[in-house]
Amino acid sequence: MNAARKEALIAYGFLSPWGIGFLGLTAGPMVASLILSFTDYNLLDAAGTDWVGLTNYRRALTEDPLAWQALRVTTYYAVLAVGLDLAGGLALAFLLNTGVRAIGVLRTVYYLPAAISGVAVSLLWLWIFQPDSGLANAILRLVGLPGVRWVYSTEWVIPAFVLMSVWGVGRSAFIYLAILQRIPTNLYEAAAVDGAGPVRRFARLTLPLVTPAILLNLVLGVIGRFQIFTEGFVISQGGPANASLFYVLYLYRNAFDYFRVGYASALAWTLFTILLALTLAVFWTSPRWVYYDADPRRG
Amino acid sequence: MGAGAVLGPRATGRWPRRVAALVTVTGAVVVLIPFAWMLSTSLKPESEVFRTPIEWVPTSPRFENYAEATTLVPFWRYLLNSVIVVVPVAIGTVVSSSAAAYAFARMRAPGLRWLFFLVLAAIMLPGEVTLVPTFLLFNSLGWVGTYLPLIVPAWLGGGAFNIFLLRQYFLTIPPEQDEAARLDGHGFGSILLRVVIPQSWPAISVVAAFEFVHTWNDFLGPLVYLTHQDQYTLPVGLSFFKDLYNTQWAHLMAASVLALLPAIIVFFLAQRAFTEGIVLTGRRG
Repeated sequence: MNAARKEALIAYGFLSPWGIGFLGLTAGPMVASLILSFTDYNLLDAAGTDWVGLTNYRRALTEDPLAWQALRVTTYYAVLAVGLDLAGGLALAFLLNTGVRAIGVLRTVYYLPAAISGVAVSLLWLWIFQPDSGLANAILRLVGLPGVRWVYSTEWVIPAFVLMSVWGVGRSAFIYLAILQRIPTNLYEAAAVDGAGPVRRFARLTLPLVTPAILLNLVLGVIGRFQIFTEGFVISQGGPANASLFYVLYLYRNAFDYFRVGYASALAWTLFTILLALTLAVFWTSPRWVYYDADPRRG
Repeated sequence: MGAGAVLGPRATGRWPRRVAALVTVTGAVVVLIPFAWMLSTSLKPESEVFRTPIEWVPTSPRFENYAEATTLVPFWRYLLNSVIVVVPVAIGTVVSSSAAAYAFARMRAPGLRWLFFLVLAAIMLPGEVTLVPTFLLFNSLGWVGTYLPLIVPAWLGGGAFNIFLLRQYFLTIPPEQDEAARLDGHGFGSILLRVVIPQSWPAISVVAAFEFVHTWNDFLGPLVYLTHQDQYTLPVGLSFFKDLYNTQWAHLMAASVLALLPAIIVFFLAQRAFTEGIVLTGRRG
């Protein structure tokens, strides 16, 4: 056996655990999910499964008000959370980039909420959002505002989840900061010599140079926020009156509470299609607003 | 936007800098307030928990809350279960993702590029699409109600993102070192263990720490696959705790503090790796 062939076989050997995982736990289930989405497969009555064509999709998109509700509240949440994450993260990064001292400590503190999300943190926020004795309303009362019912009100439940997500804004701030710190100061000096004022320098120099990071955070942020589950499950269970019925929570209920596997699969593929379309749309428009020549060595 | 933000560090004046420092430090304090509130609540007697206006320091800290929280539900059992899951997941992730990453970074074989493209595509894939069929698969294997569905996937590739991260890191190691080891008669496996991995600890600790914290906090997986109460990991156990004692905030917060502690400790230990990893890669937790 020649050396190249031997190397190829060894390479496939190194890749085989990943290959089994990819086929068995990613590609296979993707295809299975697509097939199941055209059936009425029910966990309690697997033998009586029929091919139902597009019925599940028609139901999700035209007949099931809860599917639309789930899509609506999740979009509402994702748009607010991603928007605030982009804006807040950038603003914080600019502030941190002014040569603030003890940056290591600040980095640790700001990154902590993002590092430990989950059930325990959800319980903490559920406690913070208690209308009578929670911290959120205590702070509102302190500044003379009336308290709200947060996760117990249809109006405030999504803003409450958004507030909770803003707590983790430090994560994206440090991505932006890393990029800002790579912008050479002589670019700014040159711009100043050319007579560009602070506003112009910001709009023409800083902003274009951080657009690749904005793109990354936008794509990953949208995908991530659309998949919110644990917080919704623990804090509000989709309520009140389905006002926080996040999409994955509704999908989970269909699959594991109502055993409607076929319908849950159609919901999953609908979500996948939406996220794929959003991602492609962002990348499609990116040449118009993302500046890819940010390499400081060329600057 | 202060002038300093626009000008970069060197050209920043004193005042914009002071304002920026004030704002960022205040922000950091605000970030810490929920933790302080959690700690404060966890040490209060239940009679003080609901008192308004808020008293931040309990009149006499009640450390018994912690002991009681661990007996209201089988807390230590949940903690042990979490460890049973997390340790093999972290090890499996590092082993299988570094093997795959090494093949992608250093070896030549037909179709390797195409396979790497599949890795990149899998990073973007929302896990929920595969949730239901994966459950059916593990169910047909008779694995539901065991830890296998939570552990085995980590040994089968260890996550597309980790493969990508390690491959990028391995590419920064000079290939001449591989060549030298190969001339000494070492095979690929031996080179990975003796040359590549010893130089890649920063990246490997990022992968291990991310995976530890992620698995420690994971809720959906254990929720779907664990069927008996005595198998629950901490997150599922905590949500069960909440369903049973949903107004005992002092005990709930004490249990939450204990549950968060291992993740916080790992975060602090691997803090540099974490924050540099995030900066290198933009990974979201």
